[in-house]
Amino acid sequence: MKRITFGVCVLVLAIAALVWHLNTRDEPDLSASLSTLSQPVNATPELLARGAYLARAGNCAACHTTRGGVPYAGGRGIDTPFGMVYSSNLTPDIGTGIGSWSAAEFWRALHNGRSKDGRLLYPAFPYPSYTLVSRADSDALYAYLRSLPATAQPATPHALRWPFNQQPALAVWRALYFTPARFQPEPAQSAEWNRGAYLVRGLGHCGACHTARNALGATDDRLDLAGGLIPVQNWYAPSLTSPQEAGVHDWPLEDTVRLLQTGMSSQGAVLGPMAEVVQQSTQYLSSQDLTAMATYLKALPHTPTQPVRNTSVAVRNVQRGAKLYDQHCAQCHGDQGQGVQIQGGQMAYPALAGNRAVTLANTANLVHAVRNGGFAPATAGNPRPFGMPPFVLVLSDADIAAVLSHIRASWGNQAAAVGELDVSRLR
Amino acid sequence: MFALAATASHAAAPPFEDTIAQRTQACTACHGREGRAASDGYYPRIAGKPAGYLYHQLVNFRDGRRHYGLMAQMVDPLSDAYLMEIAQYFSQLDLPYPAPQPSSALADMLRRGQTLVQQGDATRQIPACVQCHGAALTGVAPNIPGLLGLPRDYLNAQLGAWRTGQRRAHAPDCMGAVARQLNLDEVNAVTYWLAAQPVPANTHPATALPVLLPGTKAIACGSAP
Repeated sequence: MKRITFGVCVLVLAIAALVWHLNTRDEPDLSASLSTLSQPVNATPELLARGAYLARAGNCAACHTTRGGVPYAGGRGIDTPFGMVYSSNLTPDIGTGIGSWSAAEFWRALHNGRSKDGRLLYPAFPYPSYTLVSRADSDALYAYLRSLPATAQPATPHALRWPFNQQPALAVWRALYFTPARFQPEPAQSAEWNRGAYLVRGLGHCGACHTARNALGATDDRLDLAGGLIPVQNWYAPSLTSPQEAGVHDWPLEDTVRLLQTGMSSQGAVLGPMAEVVQQSTQYLSSQDLTAMATYLKALPHTPTQPVRNTSVAVRNVQRGAKLYDQHCAQCHGDQGQGVQIQGGQMAYPALAGNRAVTLANTANLVHAVRNGGFAPATAGNPRPFGMPPFVLVLSDADIAAVLSHIRASWGNQAAAVGELDVSRLR
Repeated sequence: MFALAATASHAAAPPFEDTIAQRTQACTACHGREGRAASDGYYPRIAGKPAGYLYHQLVNFRDGRRHYGLMAQMVDPLSDAYLMEIAQYFSQLDLPYPAPQPSSALADMLRRGQTLVQQGDATRQIPACVQCHGAALTGVAPNIPGLLGLPRDYLNAQLGAWRTGQRRAHAPDCMGAVARQLNLDEVNAVTYWLAAQPVPANTHPATALPVLLPGTKAIACGSAP
C-alpha cells in the first residue's frame, strides 16, 4: 500500500514537474536586472513608427479597445466556448496598464504567454502565433505602446467556467498545445516568402481564425490555415489552402494584395470579421509586406476540399427560392448572378455565379450576410463602399434557406442546398 | 400615378447608376425609400434631418452610445468621412411628410404635452423642447433634430431609452438629463402632442437657436456644442 502511495506521489510530482518544465521553456531570465534583456528600449521616432506599424499588423487595437473606448486601454470581452476573456490595458498606466513592465516582461508575454506577475495568459491572446515575433519587433511594439497616453482602466476579471479559470488547467493546456518558438527562415525559399511567412504565422495571427480549433480551443497544426469556424461568432474563416475555398494559388499576387489593401478584388469582397481585419489592420501594411504575405499564401500546400454535391430539394422550394431571388436579390446581383461591375473593373455588387464564398460547404457566412447585410470596409483604396441591406426583417429562416439554395445551385454553381435548420441554428 | 411608378420600379429594376443613393441602399432598405421612414414606426425617417445630427447618431451607434445590433454592425466598417457623406446626403433630401397620426389622447393630456413642449416646467427646471429643437420644432442645423413628423412609438422608444441611459450622446448629455426629469405620464403627454402635430410648410431646420425665454438658462450639450 505504502509503495503504491509512494508511486502515485512520484508520478504526480513527475507530471507536475513536466508541466512546469514545458511551461517555462525558452523564458528569458528576468532576475538578472543588469542583463541585456532588461535594458530600457531607446524610443527613437523611427522605432515608435515601426512599433505603430507592427501594432497595426498584429491588429492589437481590435481586441484591446472597447467599442468607443480609449484605444489600447483594454476591457473588450472576447466570447469563447469556455467563457468570457477580457483584454488587458496596454497603455502605459502604472497601476492598470503596462507602465511598470520592462521590455523583457513584454517580450515574455508575447513569446511565452506569461504576464508580468507570472500568471499564465489565456490563448485568446494569440501568443501561440505571437511567439514567432522577433525580440526586435517586440521591443518596437513595447516602445510604441509606452508612448501612448496612460489611461487608468482596471482590468475586467475574466468570466471563465471551472476548470478553465484555473491556472493549473491552463498550464496543462499549454503543456499539450503550446510551444514557444522562434521564426526560422527557410533558406530554400525567397526572402519575400520568408517575410510573408513571418507576418502570416506570427504577428498577423491569421491561423487564429483560419485554422480549425479542437475541443479544447487549440489550433491544430496539421490543418494549418485549412479553414475553421470562429467559435461563438460562428463565422467560417475559409481555408487558405483549398482552391475551392479561399486559396490564392491561382490568383495573381496583385489581386491578393488588393484584397488585403482595399477589401475588394475582382474575385469578390471581404465580409464579416475579415472586413474588420482589412479595415483596422491590413489596409495599413506596406505593399511590400502585403506582397510578401501574398507570396507566402500563394505557395501554401493545396488541400482541396471535398465538394458536397447538390442534394435534392423539393420542387416547391426551388420555385420559392427563384422567386425570392428575383424579388430581393436580382436588382443588385443580376438575373444571372453576374453582379455589377463599375469603372476600373471594381465590383459594386459581387457576382454570385462561380463565387467561392457562395459555394462553400459551410453556409454560416451566407446566412450572416443575408440576414444582416453590411458594407465592405471603407479603406483608402475603396473609401465609399457599397452596402447590402439586412434581410432579417423581411425573410424568414425558410425563405433564407430557399433563396440560398437557389443561389448555390444556379448559373453553374453546384453546391448543396441549405436547410431551414442550418439558418435557424445561427440565431 | 405615383402608385403605378412604385409598382413598376419593383417589377423592372432601374438601371444601375453609381450614386450615393445606390451606395446606401443598405440604409434605405429599413429606413424607407430615400430615408422617408419605414411603415412600422421603429425605423425613423432620416431624410431632411440635420447632417450633424445624423452623423452623430451614426458615430454613436459605432461607439456604443446607442444600441441596435444591426445598425452597429452596419456602420462598424465605415470611416468618419464616409459616415459624414452619408449623413449629408440624407440631410439634403427634401421629401413631403406624412399627415400626423390621429390622436386618441384626451384633451387634458394633449394640453399638458403642449405646455411641456412649449414652456417646459420652470419650477423643476425642465426646459421647453422648443428651446433647443426650434420654435417650429423642425430642429436647428446642424446638430439638433426636429421633433415633428415622427411616429409616437418612435418618440416613446427614444425618450424611454434616454431615461434608462440606453441611448446616450457626447457629454454633457443634455437630452439624457432632460429625459430623466420627466415622469412616464409626462413622456406620454409630450409624445401624444408631438405626434399629433402637422409639420409646418417650411420643414427645414432653423439656422439658429431661438432667443431664450425670460428666466431660462442655456443648456450645455456635448452633441450640439
